[in-house]
Amino acid sequence: MIHLDWNFITKYAPLYAEAAKLTVFIAFWGILLAFAVGVLCSAALYYKVPVLRRIISAYIELSRNTPLLVQLFFLYFGLPNIGIVLSGEACAIIGIAFLGGSYMTETLRSGLESVDKIQEESAASLGLNKWLTMKEIIFPQAMAVSVPGICANVIFLIKETSVVSGIALADLMYVAKDLIGLYYKTDEALTMLVVAYLIILLPVSIIATLLERRLRHAGFGN
Amino acid sequence: MQASGIEVLFLGSNFARLLEGLWVTMRISILAVLMSIPLGILFGLFMTLQNPIAKAVSRVYLEFIRIMPQLVLLFIAYFGVTRAFGWNWDAEFSAVLVFTLWGTAEMGDLVRGALNSIPRHQYDSAQALGMSRLQTFSYIIIPQTLRRLLPPTINLTTRMIKTTSLVVLIGITEVLKVGKQIIDVNRFRYPTASLWVYGAVFILYFLACWPISVLARYLEKRWR
Repeated sequence: MIHLDWNFITKYAPLYAEAAKLTVFIAFWGILLAFAVGVLCSAALYYKVPVLRRIISAYIELSRNTPLLVQLFFLYFGLPNIGIVLSGEACAIIGIAFLGGSYMTETLRSGLESVDKIQEESAASLGLNKWLTMKEIIFPQAMAVSVPGICANVIFLIKETSVVSGIALADLMYVAKDLIGLYYKTDEALTMLVVAYLIILLPVSIIATLLERRLRHAGFGN
Repeated sequence: MQASGIEVLFLGSNFARLLEGLWVTMRISILAVLMSIPLGILFGLFMTLQNPIAKAVSRVYLEFIRIMPQLVLLFIAYFGVTRAFGWNWDAEFSAVLVFTLWGTAEMGDLVRGALNSIPRHQYDSAQALGMSRLQTFSYIIIPQTLRRLLPPTINLTTRMIKTTSLVVLIGITEVLKVGKQIIDVNRFRYPTASLWVYGAVFILYFLACWPISVLARYLEKRWR
């Protein structure tokens, strides 16, 4: 049965704290970039910008139908051959942004499309220009619809960061693997790993639930 | 001869080996999907029970599986279980087990959502027509649930295929591992092999998942 060695746990807990920082760092910047990509791409899709629209659709297909690990391997091991050398962290953030960008685009786009056409027409009849219509009328309503999806994406992307240990970044996963390899303290290393992910993800998950509940009450129109 | 290095893909049986590697992950995901569907349906029905204990148990299971990265679950099943209980599961078995547990949770949630989306009046109308409970389910509820369920289930399959790429990290020789072997063997003759090999793996995964995604979207549109 499982007997945890508490001395080992207290000794190596700081290592996990350090690794958790990297996990959070990559997740934070990756998700922020992914969101930016999502906003830009969903706007382009919403306004049906001619050529860009096709390129974005192709990007979405490519990013949604390939695993992050394979994307990272290509970025980290493949690209240096054509002179593009990126640090592990940069690869990880780009990878998360590339993967998350398409998920965010889809979520935001479906939010934008859920806003009734009549809202846009009413705004036009009130003399609002295109930018103001988007900023004041369409976007806030679309966000209310998109937030649950965005939260789900955020949780999904934080989880996906565990994959970056595959390109030798010292995140939580990597530290656990390392400790198992060095000291053979599998139970302790894995328990700390689970606890570390729970500490990061449980609050996010709870906030997401609260946000969702709040927004359901704050529905506009209809 | 100075060449781009793309030939490395077609040297000897390299390409066939890559496909074989891809098949390893596909096999794991197909097995896991096939087991997750019936188990997930049962789990979904279990979640709709009004019993508070059933609710609490299913909720904890679902939340835990959902919140933990799949890679962590793989490590627990492969390294943790061996150490804690002394059961020596081989890596592929651990992977199938983890993906089945994960798939069951996700599938269960889909089933629950689909069942809840059937409006109450469908049950009432069936009853008004004098149908028995069995008839109501087999003629009214299940056909409608299946329609709503099929597209997200197909999507779950592509997610499963993508996520099984992680099994390389618990030492299963799949397409990434085979790719690395090819790169290492050709390190001196084809120094740029990694670009082509990992590029090929990228495209292979895309070709495996894309048609499935297209099918899911098509069905979703058609059955709306």
